[in-house]
Amino acid sequence: MSPLSPNSFDRTACFRVLVVDLAARRGDVVILDGRDQVMGGSGLAALLYQKYGLPGEPAFHPGQPLIFAIGPLTGAFPLMSKTVCGFKSPYVENYAESHAGGRSALSLRFAGYDALVITGRAAAPAAVVLGSRTLQVVDVHYLWGADIFTAGKLLRKIVPGNSGHRSILRIGPAGENRQAYACINVDTYRHFGRLGAGAVMGAKNLKGVVIHGDADLPFPENKNYTKLFADIHSKATATDMMEKYHNLGTPVNVLPLNELKSLPWRNLQATADPDAGKISGEEFADKLLMSNAACSGCPVGCIHVGMLREMFSDKHRFYIRQVPYDHEPNFACGSMLGVTDPKEILALIDAADRQGLDAISAGVALAWATEAMQKGLVTPETALTTLAFGEPEGYKTALYHLGHMTNDFYAALGRGAGYAAAQYGGGDFACVLGQEMAGYATGETYFVSQTIGFRHSHLDTGAYSFDQKNKDQDIEATLKFLLDDERERVLLNNLVSCLFARGVYKPALIAEALDCLGFSTLAHTLDETSETVRNLRWKLKIQTGFDPATTRIPKRFSEIVTWKGAVDADYMERLRTAYAQKIIALAGENAPAAGT
Amino acid sequence: MKVHRAARMERCIGCHACSLACARLVHKTISWNASGIRIKSSGGVTSGYQAVLCLACDPPPCAAACPTGAMTPRKSGGGVLHKRSVCIRCGKCAAACPVGAIALDDQQAPYVCIHCGRCIEFCPHGCLELFDAEEKRPLCQEACHVPPVAE
Ligand code: SF4
Ligand code: SF4
Ligand code: SF4
Repeated sequence: MSPLSPNSFDRTACFRVLVVDLAARRGDVVILDGRDQVMGGSGLAALLYQKYGLPGEPAFHPGQPLIFAIGPLTGAFPLMSKTVCGFKSPYVENYAESHAGGRSALSLRFAGYDALVITGRAAAPAAVVLGSRTLQVVDVHYLWGADIFTAGKLLRKIVPGNSGHRSILRIGPAGENRQAYACINVDTYRHFGRLGAGAVMGAKNLKGVVIHGDADLPFPENKNYTKLFADIHSKATATDMMEKYHNLGTPVNVLPLNELKSLPWRNLQATADPDAGKISGEEFADKLLMSNAACSGCPVGCIHVGMLREMFSDKHRFYIRQVPYDHEPNFACGSMLGVTDPKEILALIDAADRQGLDAISAGVALAWATEAMQKGLVTPETALTTLAFGEPEGYKTALYHLGHMTNDFYAALGRGAGYAAAQYGGGDFACVLGQEMAGYATGETYFVSQTIGFRHSHLDTGAYSFDQKNKDQDIEATLKFLLDDERERVLLNNLVSCLFARGVYKPALIAEALDCLGFSTLAHTLDETSETVRNLRWKLKIQTGFDPATTRIPKRFSEIVTWKGAVDADYMERLRTAYAQKIIALAGENAPAAGT
Repeated sequence: MKVHRAARMERCIGCHACSLACARLVHKTISWNASGIRIKSSGGVTSGYQAVLCLACDPPPCAAACPTGAMTPRKSGGGVLHKRSVCIRCGKCAAACPVGAIALDDQQAPYVCIHCGRCIEFCPHGCLELFDAEEKRPLCQEACHVPPVAE
């Protein structure tokens, strides 16, 4: 834990990035300009993709970079607890981002880097180990094939030391088999979940990354630092601002969403169901919640870990599994599959986690497969099991086959429900909005937002809550909301703050914190940097093949009823077209000069 | 004299707010390691968290091992004080501590809890507590129902 030499470079002006070439088994430490233009996090990842990415090559090209970036406040203030992963997505074949917490952000900070870039392909399955005075590419061919939990346990043994102060990223069979929604598991309970970062790791022959957070940061010179820290810390813990995240957690949404006819059931054949009470946040908390955990540097502790106790022999032999849950995986492995026993939902999340699959995408893809089987498009012989809503055993089997890509059907389904539907039929009911939908069937704004939004995520904007508050069809007002909200979120993504902290980190407070650490230019240019990064991200996404104009929303989304009544397909299409034009304009305008 | 006890670690969520607070407020650095308290999760996060912390031995073997008098017993109640100015960074104190409570940085400078309690207010779950040394509180955790100190 040497203090990182404060004089070797100016952190407030530059980034310090480790670029590891797996083929060469070595790395370069690169000092990069551009801090005042892109701030960090999301902006830094985009800047690095611009520098190291191969926009015209496929996602699995060995030269494509896999980027992990953190922000200027990471480690120095509470809730700056996330890492951005930037990569070309094998799911959509364009530039994408996924965010995760765990210990990844603080480990990278204390290892002394603003970002880690991994390029090339290892000759044999490898793990990258880094710290403030360590860089190794270790041969771990014997770990290939191991599930997420076994890989984690063995990596802790293979790379000992720094317990509690290191982050372990790894992939499971799904990533090794390059399934397009394979995730990267971070410290067991968190994930770079969406759009296939795990498959990119698999294509690189990279089983794991161990980041030792083993150095110290220089103490800020500003006398206000400890007071500002204490103020923010107490805001995040003492007030009720965060209550909903650490009490029931995001599953608190289930009952209100169901009440509003906005909870997807059985492949979105319905938006409400009398059984919602069985899978409410209250049920999970009362019956299964066993502990809470936190990302490092976050005193809120929103990670909800449920206990799954299952008898594996009739002689009363049990095993116990600890399974993290949240609204999105609960919806995908629960209501979307018609599964209403919380224990079985945990078992399905566990099965998806174990394979290293994104639980949201996998659940929604299986919901399509179930309806396809109901309609005779897919047979039990093809799926190697019977898929039926409400019956978890078939889904457990299917998750194994998805991870292992057992046959052509699972190879197709592993590329997404939309891709599988193109082979087997049933495109109208594939619940894909850019990627498999998240758990909010709130209406037109949300469907358009997830389809076109940068991450195809419910977190690109607050469209799901906009839908819940606005009944009128006002395209201009909706576009204004979407664009303004995106820019505000880009600021938090540059930091990379937990988005749950958006009630605490208002722009004035962010400016104060930046100023306190010496980022004085950034403190005065929050809007400009957010706009620059927003445009840079869109430019990259479009340059790598995304065309907002040609996106489409499958028919199922206009066949449903929400609290506003039937979804208006015509309005939704007009909103989609108008939003697409705005995005194309953003990418064209203001073409960023950052770092170039 | 007060003694710091990680009395209720079953409640710990692994946020590291305590160790970051000690590093910041006591040692004037931003660090996971340069701190009197360090949160470990040997066996991974599913096995829960453990605080690595000075147990306030009385008499303290770390001080006995120190050849220069840099590590000295506190006046009463156990535990030690570390004087940076006379420390020759031999690392003997850390080697002598039976519970690994003294962290050495790569210059071999030791970091140990001084039982000041400044980390405690940052713990969101009330895992940590200062007790009167005379009470001779055992190390037990919540599982054996250590009652909270009366206000
Ligand atoms: S540092 Fe270790 S040896 Fe010294 S008093 Fe504390 S627990 Fe005992
Ligand atoms: S009691 Fe003081 S010295 Fe000990 S860990 Fe807490 S803040 Fe650090
Ligand atoms: S502050 Fe409390 S909850 Fe957080 S790591 Fe320390 S002991 Fe655990």
